[in-house]
This record gives sequence, C-alpha cells and structure tokens, in this order.
Amino acid sequence: MTMVSPDAAFRPRQPRHPVIEFARAQPTGMAGLAFIVILFVAGVFADFVAPYDPLTLDYGAMLAPPSWEHWMGTDAFGRDVFSRIIYGARTALAVGFLASLFGSGIGAAIGVVSAYFGGRIDMAIERFMDILLSFPIIVLALAVVAVLGKFPVGGLDLNLIVAIAIPMIPKVARVVRSAALAIRGLPYIDAARAAGYHHSRIIFRHIAPNVVAPFLIMFTAFIAQAILLEASLSFLGLGVTEPTPAWGLMLSGTSQEFYSQAPWMILFPGVAISLAVFAFNLFGDALRDYLDPRFKV
Amino acid sequence: MLRYTFHRLLLMIPTLLGVAVLVFVLLRMMPGDIVELRLLMDGGQVSPEALATERVRLGLDKPFWLQFYDWITGIMVGDFGTSMWTGRPVIEEIGSRLGLSLQVAVMATILAVSIAIPLGTISALYKDSWIDHVVRIFAIAGLAVPSFWLGMVIILLLLYNFQWIPPLTYVPIWEDPIHNLSQLIWPAIAVGYRYSAVATRMTRSTLLEVLQEDYIRTARAKGVYERLVISRHAVRNALLPVVTVIGLEFAFLIGGLVVTEQVFNLNGIGKLFVETVTRNDYTMVQALVMLVAAFFITVNFVVDLLYAALDPRIRYR
Repeated sequence: MTMVSPDAAFRPRQPRHPVIEFARAQPTGMAGLAFIVILFVAGVFADFVAPYDPLTLDYGAMLAPPSWEHWMGTDAFGRDVFSRIIYGARTALAVGFLASLFGSGIGAAIGVVSAYFGGRIDMAIERFMDILLSFPIIVLALAVVAVLGKFPVGGLDLNLIVAIAIPMIPKVARVVRSAALAIRGLPYIDAARAAGYHHSRIIFRHIAPNVVAPFLIMFTAFIAQAILLEASLSFLGLGVTEPTPAWGLMLSGTSQEFYSQAPWMILFPGVAISLAVFAFNLFGDALRDYLDPRFKV
Repeated sequence: MLRYTFHRLLLMIPTLLGVAVLVFVLLRMMPGDIVELRLLMDGGQVSPEALATERVRLGLDKPFWLQFYDWITGIMVGDFGTSMWTGRPVIEEIGSRLGLSLQVAVMATILAVSIAIPLGTISALYKDSWIDHVVRIFAIAGLAVPSFWLGMVIILLLLYNFQWIPPLTYVPIWEDPIHNLSQLIWPAIAVGYRYSAVATRMTRSTLLEVLQEDYIRTARAKGVYERLVISRHAVRNALLPVVTVIGLEFAFLIGGLVVTEQVFNLNGIGKLFVETVTRNDYTMVQALVMLVAAFFITVNFVVDLLYAALDPRIRYR
C-alpha cells in the first residue's frame, strides 16, 4: 500500500459565495434578481434618476408623445410619464416588500404555532384559514380596504399594505404548517421538550429555522403578487391615490379617457408592472429550484 | 365514497357560516353608512330625523345580532333581501349580471384549456429545446401581465388596426350570437391569458414527472408507439393536477373579472361588486360575497370528487 498524497482532484471544493453558487445554478433567476436590483436602485434614488418632478404639471406639454425631452411622453396633466414610472417603482417595491413581509411573516407564525400545538388549536386555526381561503384574493383585499380606510405614514398607506397582506396569510400558513408538521415529529423536538424547554424556545430555536426555505420561497412569490394586487386596487381607485405616482394608478382616471389618443400613457406603466412581476417570478422560481426542488407554490 | 361526499357536504356549512359572520362583521366596521352616503350625496342638508327614519326603514337601527339573524334566516328560505341602494331584490340585481360574467369565465376557461394542454405537453416533450423556452417565457409572462392592462392593449390594437371597438351593449348569446361574441371574446382573452399560463406550467411540470415513471419505460420497452405512450399513458396521468388547477382558477376567475370588467365597461358581477362596496350597500355585498364563496367551495368540492372519479387509485374515506 502506498500513501497517496491528496490529489488536487480529490481536494474538497472551495465553498464559493452563495450568490455566485446561485448565479451558476440559476442564470435566469440571477437575471431576474439583477432587474430587481436595478428597480430598487431606481426607486431609492428616484430623485436623482428621474429627469422631471413626478408631480409638476405642465399644461404646455399635455399628452405629448414620446420625444427626447419626454422619453415616454406626458400624461393629461403634462406630467412626465418616465419620471412617474421611476417614482412608481418606489411605491410598488415598498408596498410589495412590506405587504409580503407582513403577510408571510404572520402566516408563517400562524402555521408554525398551529403545527406545534396541534389538536384543537390547530383545528380552530385551520377552519379559520379555510374561511379566509374561500374569498377570491381581490374581493378580500377590497373589503379590507373599504373597512380600514386610509392610514398614510410617510407617503405610504399602511392600511393598503395590510389589505394586500391579509389574503396571503392563509396560503403561507398552510404551506408552513405542513413543513413544520414534518419537523414536529422528529425526535429532537421530543428531546427538547423532555429537557423542559419553554414552548417559545422550541418554536423559535428548533422549528422556525427549519421552515425558512418555504418561507423565503413564499415571500418572494408574494412580492410579485402584492405588486399586481396593488396595481389592481390602485386601478380601481381603492389603492394608492393621486397624486402619489403608482403604476396601477397611471392606468386609471384620465388615462381611461385619453389612452386611445395617447397610448404611451398606458403602455409604459403596464410594461413596468409586467417586467417587475416577471422579474420577481423568475427570481422566485429559481430560488425555489435552488432551495427546495420538491416544493411547489 | 358516499360517506366522504356527505361528510364534505356537511363541512361546507360551518365554512359558509364563517364567511357569513366575517363579511357581516367587516361590513359593519366600515366607516359611514349607506343612509348618509345616499341622502347626503348631493351635499344637501338632511335633518337627523330623516336619516333616522331611513335607518329604521332599512332595519339598520336594530341590534347587530338581530340584523344577522334576520339575514341568515332569510337566506335559509332563499330571500337575500333588497338592495339598500336601488331597492330592487338582490337576487334580481345579481341575476341580471351573472350571465355575462359566467359566460366570460366559461369562454376564458375553454380558451385557456385548449391552449394550455397542447402547449404544456409540447414543452415537456421537447424539454430544454427552443420551443420549450418559448412556451416557458409565454407562460411566465402570462403570470406577470395584469389582465386589465392586457384588456386595454387589446382595445388599442383593435382600434388602431381595424378602427373598430367592441360593442358596448350586452346582448345574450341566444339573441344575437355574433354581437355577443364580438363583445365578450376580448375580455375572455384578457383574463384567459393568465389562466392558460398557470395551466401550461402545471401541465408541463406534471408531465415531466410522469415521463420519469417506470410504467412509461415499460410501455416503451414493450414497443408501444410513442404517440400512444404520450397520449394514453403519460398525458392521461398528468392531467389530474391540471384539473385541480383549472378548477381553482375557474373559481378565482371572478376575482380577475372584478378589474377587467371595468376596462371593457361590462355590467357584470365584478363591476357590481366594486360599485356596491364603495356604496356600503350591505345586503348587496353580503349576497355577492356569499355567492362567490359558495361557488368557490363548491368548485373545490367538485374538483376533489372528480379527482377520485378520474383516478381509481384515489379513494376517500
């Protein structure tokens, strides 16, 4: 027997940065992420990126077609469509992130608690989630918007975020519950209980870290849905309200009257919504395949 | 099976009752009420007595539990009350609009299914080829494009290319099928795109799974024509989850219509819902939500039964 010195081929591969690993495994997902980052930067630095103020009215340039001055034309009040789209990214991303964070956070908490305690508590929670699930998403969101009214904080309507988040809660709860149920049956949970740990410690330290994958997947998937839902509600006049620039809102109101004469008023905001949702879907799908290929939203 | 069916039917009752309670409570929490909205609409002055008598007429002065009791017992005998806004029976108001919405929903379903199943199948069979990539982009874009915006783009295209816009008045299909279809096919396409995207993705992914199964290899090994392997052995087995998705999406189509009906100016139940919510028309919103929820729960139930009917391996107890 001869001693074989560790060959280069047998040396364990250097672990690479997870972002690089992800980019190699899921190039389309990385493309989605790249677009999300661009949108994010444009939204955050809208004041520097946008060529015009999104609220300034210019009656000399009403319904102007796309040109060098106004890349995407102007709307019925002479406001620059491109600038409003840039500022609209801020609204869409803020509402999307917060609504999804809130909805999947509460949903995950409910799912874990429901799975951990089981029995009657689980039964009661499941029945209530069934009730919430029997509403179409937009119907539930509309009802909540109508009940809560407006509650603007720093230019964002918090009640709108809550209304968009609530329909997500039962869906996340259901998925996280089933993931947590599988973990609850494992011996180490019994061991933790035998050791006398408090419920909250077991839930947070032993179960929660193991349902992070489905949580992250649902979280990204729901950002896309939240952006779409916000656009729909704003379009109906029950979401973001004038003069705040929002993509859905840009398709409603005077746009409805003039879009046959000035199609750029609706074409560009619609493309913006579609691209943003498309990017989040690409990224979400890739994240799912990367983290847990068996899992389907 | 029969016991399961019965059990599931019984379970629908508490769920619907829960929906009823939830919607009733939500509505009563809305700021302002319909009486103030309607009587003060023109900014005129109305005496508090007039408001009070109007509330008595609509039964809004009664305690909440009594209002709820009246409403539920009314539903039991098929009486959903009258609209607080128009004064017409709720059943009539909904009935006159339901046909339109249902027709759009059914047309969108037919359209979506007839696109999704062939596309999903081709995409799975030629996995990772250019045709698969095209189909996948088509599908993932369908999830991203808002149906109401697609509706506006369709109208624009019709206007610019044919100088024509769809008729604005609704005529039932049995009276004038051409007029009816030329009005409703466009919203059906607008909401059907997303629907077909969901179904295409589902068809593709389940078919890919099924194609890995041992029985597919067996069928090929014993020399069954590839065409038959796909149509008899693979697609048939892959369709089950697709049926579920089609059912659930059909139930949720009503939601998609809420926005799309505005674009095409269709007087369906989606538009009715938005109008009544903003008017605080309690009886109307309650009835609409109950209708949609009951529809959704029933579709869910039928899908589960269909599952067992289509797949003899599934037995419910």
